[in-house]
Amino acid sequence: MTHFKRSLVIGLWFMFLALPLMVVRVNTLNHEIEWRWANMLWLGFCAFALAWFWRASTERRAARQALGVAAGRPLLAKLSWAQRLSDDPALSRRLLLIVAAAALIFPWVVSTSQNFYHVNIMVSALIFVVLGLGLNITVGLAGLLDLGYIAFFAVGAYTYALLARNFDLGFWTCLPLGGIMAMFFGIVLGFPILRLRGDYLAIVTLGFGSITKIVLENSEELFGGAAGIAGIPRPDLFGLVLDGREKSLYSYYIVLALVALTIFVTNRLKNSRIGWAWMALREDEIACVAMGVDMARTKLSAYALGAFWAGLVGVIFAAHNNFINPDSFTFMDSAMILSMVVLGGMGSILGVIIAALALKLLPEYLRAVAEYRMLVFGAVMVLMMIFRPQGLISNLRRKYERAPADESDGHGK
Amino acid sequence: MVMESNKLLEVTGLTMDFGGLRAIDQVDFSISAGEIVALIGPNGAGKTTVFNCITGIYEPTAGDVVIHAPGLAPRRINGMRANRITSLGMARTFQNIRLFPAMTVLENIMIGRHCRTSTTILDAILRTRKSVRERHETIEESYRLLAKVGLAEVANEFSANLAYGAQRRLEIARALATAPFLLLLDEPAAGMNPQETRELDELIVRIRADEQVAILLIEHDMKLVMNISDRIYVMEYGKGIAQGTPREIKENPRVIEAYLGEEVHA
Ligand SMILES: Nc1ncnc2c1ncn2[C@@H]1O[C@H](COP(=O)(O)OP(=O)(O)OP(=O)(O)O)[C@@H](O)[C@H]1O
Ligand SMILES: [Mg+2]
Repeated sequence: MTHFKRSLVIGLWFMFLALPLMVVRVNTLNHEIEWRWANMLWLGFCAFALAWFWRASTERRAARQALGVAAGRPLLAKLSWAQRLSDDPALSRRLLLIVAAAALIFPWVVSTSQNFYHVNIMVSALIFVVLGLGLNITVGLAGLLDLGYIAFFAVGAYTYALLARNFDLGFWTCLPLGGIMAMFFGIVLGFPILRLRGDYLAIVTLGFGSITKIVLENSEELFGGAAGIAGIPRPDLFGLVLDGREKSLYSYYIVLALVALTIFVTNRLKNSRIGWAWMALREDEIACVAMGVDMARTKLSAYALGAFWAGLVGVIFAAHNNFINPDSFTFMDSAMILSMVVLGGMGSILGVIIAALALKLLPEYLRAVAEYRMLVFGAVMVLMMIFRPQGLISNLRRKYERAPADESDGHGK
Repeated sequence: MVMESNKLLEVTGLTMDFGGLRAIDQVDFSISAGEIVALIGPNGAGKTTVFNCITGIYEPTAGDVVIHAPGLAPRRINGMRANRITSLGMARTFQNIRLFPAMTVLENIMIGRHCRTSTTILDAILRTRKSVRERHETIEESYRLLAKVGLAEVANEFSANLAYGAQRRLEIARALATAPFLLLLDEPAAGMNPQETRELDELIVRIRADEQVAILLIEHDMKLVMNISDRIYVMEYGKGIAQGTPREIKENPRVIEAYLGEEVHA
């Protein structure tokens, strides 16, 4: 009964909140005020029903958990689909093949020679997948908060733009250079903050991100100032002349290959001496150091590697867009990438990919419901935080079997 | 002279100040190969702080901590980084358990092997021969140590899901994985029931024999201490007040006074 009352209050509260938004409308043609009471009733009813349903279901879940505890069953006995997938290498390999094949034919299915809008959207989404996977190393695996990650992306993009403009260097030469430059900045940033944790780390990385943007905005002759740099060459393919659609397809396959490379490398690292040390550092820094892990080296490698991917994909971003300016590297983007890591589940490769695609593609395709787009987006985020605060895929258990030396390599992701 | 060369750890005049508080005041002790030495004292005596000073978590205010790693020249390790000290061969457990909760039991132990392996980032990415071999050795050694402390069945559980006593044993195994010559245990029996404590007693003695480590032990359970220690150091208010064999310590009036005559005879 208390449920009912509380849900009723929530419903009424929503009706009140919605009053200016959804009920009152000034009709500018005949200068009248319209009162759309029906909207208010609908909203009140929906809010009430949702609240009631939610309360009932959380209560049921709590009851079930209490039952499980009373029966002496561990809470984690129920395996998630992701855990089952990771425990079964054959299944995950087959799934990987299907997804890879789908990704390869995707641009041919959705684009025509006139219309390759979907390919371009996918390119920008995949760029964020790489960014998410890169930050996943720093934040998700090593547990080092970084609120200025987009700065490394900017370093990569500007490295290519400047080298191409001033020295006429090609895309493929600049690709590794962009990554290495960003890695260098990662180490430069990493050194002073080795000893910082939590809030302080957040502040310093936030500052680093903002400083980068301000420097870019204010240095006219070097970085093109707020106007940015235009006319950045597209990736070259043995000097062939490509039309618009082919250019997009080419970008798509480059960034897709980079996604695959990032997944491959992260997966191998995650499942090695280096990755174990990162995770231990995330779990308990003091215990980790007391067990003989070199904190400085481990932290720096996590920063440097995270930055490296951002730099690489920054080069692709600059090449794909032809044009960059500081507005592409705001704090909002850093926050967006961080949400991908958190929503996906700290440290989970698959989770971060799904979250990155969802966060980039949803707003794009929700354009249909134009003005409510960000509202829906926000609602999805809030719901995620309520129902899966640990992320889409949270902390899977990895099994390590004892095996003869020659076939002791790991499997799956 | 023969005795001297057998020493593993020598601490002289160890002093640690926290602001105005002198938590440790001129403490001396030493441990020789093959010994089990206990460090006892009432709550707040400064025992854990001694551990933190000699393992590099704190830098001592004064004094000398010298370790004689087998095969190496003696080294003064004051202020050395904790991970360096661990790789020199001194490993510890924590009074307030500090496992890696979201990692599995086996992974917890595998971290201990970190300082005994050298796979680099490139090795790991390219999966070189060396990385495969080291990975295999890490897993094998970790399973061996798990079996030793009786946790082999729960190798793939999250360590946070283990019972208290099991977590303490896991910490011991994790420390052993760093291949130490000196193992420091901070209240390993805290929170264990009598049955578990008895098993721990055997486990510690067995570890000394099998792994060839000397053990320095902080413990409030006097029965355990008296059973297994070769020598005991007693601290009170940051100062060393007595040392000797269990028998000597039981009869030492200074110690009895510190403990109000109760627990020593338990
Ligand atoms: N980091 C610190 N900062 C300030 N004071 C500290 C710190 N660590 C320990 N102390 C103080 O040093 C004294 C000794 O503490 P310590 O933890 O070493 O005692 P202990 O002998 O291990 O006690 P217990 O048996 O309760 O574990 C205490 O008074 C404690 O408050
Ligand atoms: Mg203590």
